[in-house]
Amino acid sequence: MSSLLRLATAGSVDDGKSTLVGRLLFDTKSVLADQLDAVTRASVDRGLSTPDLSLLVDGLRSEREQGITIDVAYRYFATPKRSFVLADTPGHVQYTRNTVTGASTAQLAVLLVDARKGVIEQTRRHAAVLALLGVPNLVLAVNKIDLVGYDEATFTVIAEEFAAHAASLGYPRGSVLSIPVSALRGDNVAAPSEQTPWYSGPTLLEHLETVPVAPDPHDAAFRFPVQYVIRPRTPEYPDYRGYAGQIAAGTIRPGDEVVVLPRGLRTKIERIDTADGPLQEAGAGSSVTVLLADDLDISRGDLIAAADRRPTVTDEITATLCWLSSKPLVPGSKLLVKHGAKTVQALVQEITARFDEQTLSSVDGPDSLELNDIGRVILRTSEEIPVDDYGTSPRTGAFLVIDPKDGDTLAAGMVGKRFA
Amino acid sequence: MTTLEPATDAAQDNLAALESEAIHIFREVAGEFDRPVILFSGGKDSTLLLHLAIKAFWPAPVPFPLLHVDTGHNFDEVLEFRDRVVERHGLRLVVAKVQDWIDDGRLEERADGIRNPLQTTPLLETISDNKYDAVFGGGRRDEERARAKERIFSLRNAFGQWEPKRQRPELWNLYNGRHRAGEQVRVFPLSNWTEADVWNYIARENVDLPSIYYAHKREVYKRDGMWLAEGPWGGPKPGEEVKELTVRYRTVGDGSCTGAVESTASTVDEVIAEVSASRLTERGATRADDRLSEAAMEDRKREGYF
Repeated sequence: MSSLLRLATAGSVDDGKSTLVGRLLFDTKSVLADQLDAVTRASVDRGLSTPDLSLLVDGLRSEREQGITIDVAYRYFATPKRSFVLADTPGHVQYTRNTVTGASTAQLAVLLVDARKGVIEQTRRHAAVLALLGVPNLVLAVNKIDLVGYDEATFTVIAEEFAAHAASLGYPRGSVLSIPVSALRGDNVAAPSEQTPWYSGPTLLEHLETVPVAPDPHDAAFRFPVQYVIRPRTPEYPDYRGYAGQIAAGTIRPGDEVVVLPRGLRTKIERIDTADGPLQEAGAGSSVTVLLADDLDISRGDLIAAADRRPTVTDEITATLCWLSSKPLVPGSKLLVKHGAKTVQALVQEITARFDEQTLSSVDGPDSLELNDIGRVILRTSEEIPVDDYGTSPRTGAFLVIDPKDGDTLAAGMVGKRFA
Repeated sequence: MTTLEPATDAAQDNLAALESEAIHIFREVAGEFDRPVILFSGGKDSTLLLHLAIKAFWPAPVPFPLLHVDTGHNFDEVLEFRDRVVERHGLRLVVAKVQDWIDDGRLEERADGIRNPLQTTPLLETISDNKYDAVFGGGRRDEERARAKERIFSLRNAFGQWEPKRQRPELWNLYNGRHRAGEQVRVFPLSNWTEADVWNYIARENVDLPSIYYAHKREVYKRDGMWLAEGPWGGPKPGEEVKELTVRYRTVGDGSCTGAVESTASTVDEVIAEVSASRLTERGATRADDRLSEAAMEDRKREGYF
């Protein structure tokens, strides 16, 4: 079974991102004949002499009309070595919103810059957001390298400037790679370019196929948000009571000592069930049903955690928010917080700082957070919830901020996360 | 107790990861919504959807009914399969018949006889009459460009319409199911599956499918480059020659616009080999309704289609 890499792309308008993604799909033979026919027909209609590969990915009518990407799109391609899920995030207005969405599940991000423009404001901003979300690997695709005559010096300046910026965000050297590419011509995307003899690194695809992806750490503390209580009450299973959920972190075995939070009831794992039979061990990412040794009153929203390594149970949360809504956040706002399988009310006690991604510094005590702002807040919740630091246990450190009035998702929240 | 295998590491196993994600989605909906329903046609994606729902709640029964929007242009094998599955798992099936809407004048038959676009009104009215607040569909993002932009939890307004510019950001595995009265959420647990994943999983789990997904002899005629079969939706026009070919279906929809492909693949493994080698997408190969325009699917989704 080939392994899976989840990646996101980010770049600003006209960097050629859709063309790069189209090129990756095309060069991995993920584009089938009827799709290519449609693109070729549409390209001819637009008076183009070669198929415009960006039309493969710009899915909405207004995107094709305006020649821009509006919304995050998900792409699937595979090589014999790996399967890829690619979140293609647009770069113009609401870019932070889209980047945060794509990056929340990504193990690697490809940032695009135009070789003629180099690292710009948005590149720095995107990288800061990716660092904040904890995306472990970055690739800088220096696109349109053909338009600067495949000039090595131009590439080197951009690559060094970006490496310095990434280092200041906390990325070690080995986790950042810059590649000179032309998405339009295919240089260094899937095939090495003859035009860049001075570049000895891997092509983009080669790098995606081989970059080591850190598996979920096995030594992480066990975390299991209870989604649903399974009680068949059928003649065959009259007394069955199982707690269904997806393991957020760590591993579990029957006999392990656990604690049910927020109330702190101690018990043991009796059995780990699936429809395919019981398991001796289950790890992060697995959807299972857990049976406990004691008959406790447990419901959706509770968290089952390792008894000896507990999360913090609190009703006051210090967190970083990526504000994704055009409705601004002000102190005193009443919101909903969805954390794991639990939704609670929350009051914004204080906005302590706003992050300036350009200078990588923070501004104390802002009046509000606006669309695309990143800020630090103190939230008071209506009941205690068990939380981890996002940097230690992302799945139990992450939360959504929801508008109680219309249900809109307002922000991505990360518990205890410091600005990079 | 039988000998236990060590658990596979979900992250290392693509199909296990996809299965786990889908099960998580089913349980989230069961926990957050009052009246969910699974759209079920008997086709392979909805059959897979039901298979995953059964696994998500085992050993309890699936806590949702099924809804079939019946165009009246069905393949007999698929209807028999649908009823057999419902019976076997003791499920409740609600059928909304397009024919009923045509008979009482709420819908009008199209000149071309294609009924897929007519499904939207019966779907929306049945959702609203039964007050369903979450509707599971088998749509996948790899199927079509507009679908590639859809969220796993896709909010629809009070008219059932998709508004692509107003989609909520979807972060981590935290799904936001909040909606106002009258709004509904369409839920797509198979969003991240590809056609190859679907078939590999069907093979791994031994999922039973209607026989028309496998090679069989059928009388067909060619229209617009597709092999169509005769049925209650009509037959060949003068000049359209009928041939008996060995075919199978890659997708199953309204009989009037779903084409067969020539194939000798009679087992799951042969189908997987064929799908891997195909140079056409499944919808491109077999769905006339998607060929109507560059934005056919987007337009139908905006109207409230899946």
